[in-house]
Amino acid sequence: MTLDEILNAPSPASQWVLDSDCAENGLSPAIVKEAMRSRIAEMRDSVERGLASAAPSITGMVGWNAKGLWDAPDVLQAPLLRRVQAYAMAVNEENARMGRIVAAPTAGSAGTIPGALLGVADHLKISDDDLVMPMVLAAGVGKAISKQMFISGAAGGCQAEIGSSAAMAAAAVTELLGGSSRACVHAAAMALMNTIGLVCDPVGGYVEVPCVSRNAFFAVHAVSSAQLALSNLESFIPPDEVISAMAQVGRMMPLELRETAEGGLAQTPTGLAVTARMEGK
Amino acid sequence: MTLLDMIGPVMIGPSSSHTAGACRIGQVARQLLGQIPTHAEIGLHASFAKTGKGHGTHFALIAGLLGYAPDDARLPRAFEEAASADLVFNFETADLGDVHPNSARITVSGNGQTVTVVGSSTGGGVIEIIRVDGFKVSFSGGAFTLLTRYHDAVGVIAKIAGLLAADQVNIAALTCDRDKRGGNAMLCVELDQSLGEAAQKFLLSWPGMDWVRMVRPVMDAGIVAPVLLGTTA
Repeated sequence: MTLDEILNAPSPASQWVLDSDCAENGLSPAIVKEAMRSRIAEMRDSVERGLASAAPSITGMVGWNAKGLWDAPDVLQAPLLRRVQAYAMAVNEENARMGRIVAAPTAGSAGTIPGALLGVADHLKISDDDLVMPMVLAAGVGKAISKQMFISGAAGGCQAEIGSSAAMAAAAVTELLGGSSRACVHAAAMALMNTIGLVCDPVGGYVEVPCVSRNAFFAVHAVSSAQLALSNLESFIPPDEVISAMAQVGRMMPLELRETAEGGLAQTPTGLAVTARMEGK
Repeated sequence: MTLLDMIGPVMIGPSSSHTAGACRIGQVARQLLGQIPTHAEIGLHASFAKTGKGHGTHFALIAGLLGYAPDDARLPRAFEEAASADLVFNFETADLGDVHPNSARITVSGNGQTVTVVGSSTGGGVIEIIRVDGFKVSFSGGAFTLLTRYHDAVGVIAKIAGLLAADQVNIAALTCDRDKRGGNAMLCVELDQSLGEAAQKFLLSWPGMDWVRMVRPVMDAGIVAPVLLGTTA
């Protein structure tokens, strides 16, 4: 499965993704759709738990961000922005508390898709039934990326992890709002190209800082990409070439910047102090 | 790789590589032993050793040995659950050589049997088992996987393939390895369906055959696929 194939599929792109994956793996489309439906329900649960809780994570670095934002006055009068950010952080704070979440495509990037897709759907009062096929498309975009490169921060930096989730979310939101196959894939490509070079530098080695807020930012990034693509803007670089560029950068990235906590934010004085404190525990 | 691997697994946080993948490696080790172990020696390699503590890797591996799936709410309490299941375990740092940074070596024992498994967690909850009892294998836990150890001889693999064909079981992938010519060998076969229990017993009864295990899928798509195909699962 490549982005080019999805781009050239009849719209909606999700139907081609579903049919071709099922043919490849001997799965029934009905079962896959049902599984996606239950994953959406799981995402909803994580969002709800996350928005309601201010309990600290394992290290005490995060745990109150989603609730804090959700309960605060909406100073920008931008309810979509606030909703998307709060949902994304809610999921990742649940993750940091060892709560139940859906990896999408990984646990560290689990908030981006619920933030963008559930956030937009709730803002526009769209039902969860209408999210099933966009979720299938998100999975297809993730599969295309992972076949060509990598989806984990350890392998390719955070560009691979949150870059993939942002691309998946961008395509899903685009389809949800009636975008063509071509528009969905260009939304994914634009989201992806603007994450290239992003390092994975978790403080203390924990999936907390910067992961929680990074999901909030990249959920918004995905929604922005969808907006551009739905206005017929396209990625100048063909989508599969964007993936190749990211793979190339990922391979050039030193080990210190790939989830080892040996570079970036993890090596700041505060980051080192957290590491020392947790090692003493 | 299926769509259900990309949106999924449903899991207990915080890391699909360090938590969900680790749990699945543990699930495979438990199945290869054939029961919940009474003792487990676990060597953590590279990133598993370095950042495993903060990612719940230790809990997740033990949860897998207890047979829990990555979304089991008991996962963070796996150490206490292990104590009540009489599973004694020990962790150490291990250099497993040129393998994926998220890898573990697990030696489990119980009921007079011992199995050593090396598995890698390659991202997003996807795993690859690369060694069993020192033999090179390659399977992902996405399908039913038949593992068998036997005395290396002409025609054994052909006979096993024949048995699978007779049971209408399709082979998806196959690897074999041996310690020396005429020595011990291991065959690892990923299957589209499960080999029936009677056929497994029959296989074990062959001369020169000393160990047979059928590992059920631990990946979500592998778990749902055989059911809908209406096979012997």
